[in-house]
Amino acid sequence: MKKELIKGNEAVVKAAILAGCTHYFGYPITPASEIAQAAAHFFPLIGGTFVQAESEVAAINMVYGAASAGRRTMTASSGPGLSLKQEGISYLAGAELPSVIVDVMRAGPGLGNIWPEQGDYNQMVKGGGHGNYKNIVLAPNSAQEMCDFTILAFELSDHYRCTAVVLTDGSIGQTMEPVEFPDHVKPAPAKDWAVRGDAETRKNLVSSIYMSTETLRALNERLQKKYAEIEAREQRWEDYRDDDAELVIVAYGVTSRVAENAIEELRRKGLKVGMLRPKTLFPFPKKRLQELAAGRVRRFLVAEMSNGQMIDDVKLAIEHKKPVDFYGTYGGKLPAVEEIVDAVETAYNRQS
Amino acid sequence: MTTTTITTTTTTTTITKGKPSTFYETFERKAGKDKLTTHYCPGCGHGRVHKLVAEALEEMGLGDRTIFISPVGCSVFAYYYMNTGNVQAPHGRAPAVGTGLARARQDSIVISYQGDGDLAAIGTAEIVHAANRGENMTVFFINNAIYGMTGGQMAPTTMVGQKTLTSPYGRDAATEGYPMRMSELIATLEAPVYVERVSCTDVKNIHKCRKAIRKALQLQVERKGFSFVEILSTCPTNWKMNPQDSIKWIQEVMEPYYKPGVYKDKTAEAKPLPKSAPITDPDELRRILGLEKGKTEAKTRASIGERRIKIAGFGGQGALTAGAMLATAGMNEGLQVTWLPSYGPEMRGGTANCSVIISDKRIGSPLVMRPDVLIAMNRPSLDAFEQEVAPGGMIIVNSSMIDRKVSRSDIKAVYVPFTELAAGLGLKAAANTVAVGAFLAQEPLFDRERIFEVLRTSFKKKEAVETNIRAVDEGFNFGRT
Repeated sequence: MKKELIKGNEAVVKAAILAGCTHYFGYPITPASEIAQAAAHFFPLIGGTFVQAESEVAAINMVYGAASAGRRTMTASSGPGLSLKQEGISYLAGAELPSVIVDVMRAGPGLGNIWPEQGDYNQMVKGGGHGNYKNIVLAPNSAQEMCDFTILAFELSDHYRCTAVVLTDGSIGQTMEPVEFPDHVKPAPAKDWAVRGDAETRKNLVSSIYMSTETLRALNERLQKKYAEIEAREQRWEDYRDDDAELVIVAYGVTSRVAENAIEELRRKGLKVGMLRPKTLFPFPKKRLQELAAGRVRRFLVAEMSNGQMIDDVKLAIEHKKPVDFYGTYGGKLPAVEEIVDAVETAYNRQS
Repeated sequence: MTTTTITTTTTTTTITKGKPSTFYETFERKAGKDKLTTHYCPGCGHGRVHKLVAEALEEMGLGDRTIFISPVGCSVFAYYYMNTGNVQAPHGRAPAVGTGLARARQDSIVISYQGDGDLAAIGTAEIVHAANRGENMTVFFINNAIYGMTGGQMAPTTMVGQKTLTSPYGRDAATEGYPMRMSELIATLEAPVYVERVSCTDVKNIHKCRKAIRKALQLQVERKGFSFVEILSTCPTNWKMNPQDSIKWIQEVMEPYYKPGVYKDKTAEAKPLPKSAPITDPDELRRILGLEKGKTEAKTRASIGERRIKIAGFGGQGALTAGAMLATAGMNEGLQVTWLPSYGPEMRGGTANCSVIISDKRIGSPLVMRPDVLIAMNRPSLDAFEQEVAPGGMIIVNSSMIDRKVSRSDIKAVYVPFTELAAGLGLKAAANTVAVGAFLAQEPLFDRERIFEVLRTSFKKKEAVETNIRAVDEGFNFGRT
């Protein structure tokens, strides 16, 4: 396809439709509303369904319904909305239903403000609702990846029968960039477990209730096995000038874009700095981090627009073998390039 | 299974004896060894209503088409018994889950079977809005004035004075409010097609209940929308009564407050809801999405480096559109581009601005904090952003609207009367295209023709295209001097 200059938020909707998503359920919230608006425009045109739900809770449960019926379905929101959806996400995990959720993060806690932040990391990557479950979490840093990762989210979600989250932030959602939509998207697999209201699926049950301790334990064991398989097979990342780096920045989403500017500046000053950008937050790119930690990298610096949530995963991945510094911003303001440059220079010159 | 036909003066009803095939013979999903008896207590109303629903489904031939939603409450295990498609829903959310199911499978028969805590407390929003949208589903609302599954706590429908585990002194209306009449509430909405309250007590009332269940399902078969049947039902265990007294309690205490009857019936005038089928042809989808075939080729060209541009003005001056024009033209030229607007409340009545980056290499942060070029369309924009411009950078000033000069000496200032030049063409709204022309005069990143291409695709009217092209030229010519 020819490139189209399009907002990340709108690219999500076109990509979802190309991926065969037919049912969208959502609730408006800045800075994610363009997704609902584009869905309201396009889904009726393709013979699909757009419902503006009465609440975030209702929206995620409508997703639960359409997913039960075997459709590719999605919702999108931002911080406060995701807090509300957590109940439904736990049920989706318990019933092993595929679904896609886009979280265009804003600043918190509470109502916070509408500007970009990355404070939803823990609630999306670590579970967020009750129970022993995880979502696959993809972290785009451009409009092109908003398109690509939305499609990937549908594929992974169907393959593993779990929720896949596209976790981004207000600035990536709002930025228009050239996007090349794919010429071909794999069709959804057959779902013989779904409840379609026909003779073929009459014996099927979608449920997250397991009344005997043995069957609930078996479900949990199956889930953990599935997450282990996802960890083994689906780690994705980008290496950015980290082949000779002595200090590696770990950043995702828009923070990784600011870090690219900082690395250019730092390299000009002669500092050997690169970046490891996770494209998947669960599974976290442990393999590559371990390789880097075992090599010439002296230290890591995690940059996040939060109080430091991903940093825990970095420390765990490298098992504290190298020092990990942190630079964080709050409140909805992107870090300035100089701020990251200063933080890296300080860390770079540290002896211990 | 045998059937008997009963004819009264108004109706004919077929009554099923024995288990219909829509009710499992043995309950294989039930935990434990006993697969023959239900989990319901003796005298519980659920068993009776399950049977009436299963019979109706059997006799109406709906077994294969039905998706039965089990709620949270005593009927959480309805899927043990109903030989239909089954989905179990979170507490109170069955109507939202039902919305997803009904929209996803328009030929299915969706039943949301809910108790009073589920429907009238935690799921109040979901039931009201599914009803208000007129979803094509049938709701069976079991009102037994108490929470059964959790062991007998107060429900929204608990009677005033009724003792429960959480109203041990009797429900006090002064602090706990009054029992909620859900049928009356749902009937005030426009969309529901049929709302009736029945009482599942004696033979006569069970007959009415059977009729109401069938009617509600028939309306869904005809795609006439949302129907709601409230069933007053016994809970001897938590009421601490024997089954006979429980029936008497419904008749003497509940019925006078929850009056049985039809609260709404739009059967005659309701039209079937439209159906839609998702388009699957990829080419058709691409056409609808406005995706163009082909490739955007990156060109080999002289290095232009990177330009970080901020365009600012008040809402309506077209600052954001001017930025989008530059970014689109840059993309078509084969360059890397980003465009990021200021968004949210600060846009309303205040200064609107956008960050545009045009580069011959991969772009980092899309937010322009230190612009190389500021295009200031009004005075507040100049005041707000002058100090942010990078040393050696440039400000293009709309001298029609800004009555002061640029105060810094380390940057270049260019003064172009965007608004006057646009007004001279008879199109004041083209001030932003004048600005684009003035920018290209100073920063020839690509030929003006690239902007003309964008204008030709953005405006439908030929006249508007021509005027805007002239506006670009005006700005370009003025900007060069």
